[in-house]
Amino acid sequence: MNGSTFDWGAAGDVLPLLLHGFLTTLLATVLGTLVAAVLGLLIAIARRTPTRLVSVPVRAVMEFVRSTPLLVQLVGAATVFSSVDPLVIGIIVLGIHYATYTSEVYRAGIDAVPKGQWEACRALSLSPRRTWQAVVLPQAVRNVLPALGNYGISMFKETPFLAVITVQEMVFEARDYGSEHFAYTEAFTLAGLIFLVASYPTSLLMRKLEKRLGH
Amino acid sequence: MNTFFTAFFDNLPQVLSGLGVTAQATVLGALIAFVLSFVLGLMAGHHNIVVRGVSRTVVEFFRGTSLYVQLFWLYYALPLLTGYQLSALFCGVLAFALNFGAYGSEVVRGGISAVPRAQWEAAVALNLSPYQRMRRVILPQALAQMIPSFTNLLIQLLKATPLLWLISAADLMTVIQQLRDRTGESLVAYLTLLVCYFILAYVLTLLMNLLERAAKARLGQHTGTGGLFRSRSAASVESVPVVGGGA
Repeated sequence: MNGSTFDWGAAGDVLPLLLHGFLTTLLATVLGTLVAAVLGLLIAIARRTPTRLVSVPVRAVMEFVRSTPLLVQLVGAATVFSSVDPLVIGIIVLGIHYATYTSEVYRAGIDAVPKGQWEACRALSLSPRRTWQAVVLPQAVRNVLPALGNYGISMFKETPFLAVITVQEMVFEARDYGSEHFAYTEAFTLAGLIFLVASYPTSLLMRKLEKRLGH
Repeated sequence: MNTFFTAFFDNLPQVLSGLGVTAQATVLGALIAFVLSFVLGLMAGHHNIVVRGVSRTVVEFFRGTSLYVQLFWLYYALPLLTGYQLSALFCGVLAFALNFGAYGSEVVRGGISAVPRAQWEAAVALNLSPYQRMRRVILPQALAQMIPSFTNLLIQLLKATPLLWLISAADLMTVIQQLRDRTGESLVAYLTLLVCYFILAYVLTLLMNLLERAAKARLGQHTGTGGLFRSRSAASVESVPVVGGGA
């Protein structure tokens, strides 16, 4: 391979490998988003508890996780818990990292529920559990869905970090093939294009959804 | 635990030089990204559809293809195509600038369109040229609104710099990893590294908050000192159309 041109043969070779890796990328994104969506809600609720013993430490940990690099968190977790499957570590760390963002989204959504609704619940003497379950959350969650989707897309573009902790997702395959056949150009160009093809329609869709739910 | 900190302080010059590389990549990347944000953002508001289209395409391309892939492409693929190997730090700065410039252009576009219509009309009525209109009336108001979103992006950029480790630039993460390998203290090493980034993020946030205060003061909106330490790293969900790390 003389290296100065794009080698279509190599491109054809690497494409199936990339698509196979892409499945792992998708799996990590979907499960990571799920973790972030659930954990984010729990954090948002914990931050609203009147006991400062709960809300202050939760806030501090959240602030810390959010201000520090995902890559360091991933590599650190994978090194410290070296016996756990890297994919599991990846999904959990991605999920926790993004939960600190989604919790803000939930918080905004919960704050947007009119105060009168809380007072009405108190007047009807609903338990806190019923208040959240039957009144507050159904109103809050509808408004936060588009923002959650956007974080899902961001997470998707950060899944290549998982390659560093040896999860065999798309970029891992690209790097692997690239170094073996000295064909980085083909491998990384195609990987980039696959990201583009997958993320662009999704972000258009999210924007449409946002408009419909928003105004 | 002590072995790591002994190594940390014994190798302080290396740690500081790693910190320097990280700071350099952050600041240079952010400066170029800032310029690029304005170029692309102003192009996105241009009346000519070709200019708008070019901006849209560039922005979607760099936002859509993942920072990680862009960085690797510059570092591994570009030399094979052109025969030139850019230095690792240069690749990093370039990738950060292009990626975050694309995200920043949305901030600029949003900030400009948030300036009330009446301000445009008043500027036209006063017979200001398009350049004067932008420079004297629109941008000062738009800028004050954009700063929180830019702070957000700046922190994201800082959080992306450990990628330099992967293309073997001697950044902070590389240096601390070396100390970890030597001492075997994984947990302490990574926690220290995280704390370093946390402090850097807070310093940047504080500086940006000061900048925001100055920009608002110029518009006659004075703010108290209370908000200076407020973290901004996820506050701009409303102001950036498609949020996120950009990585």
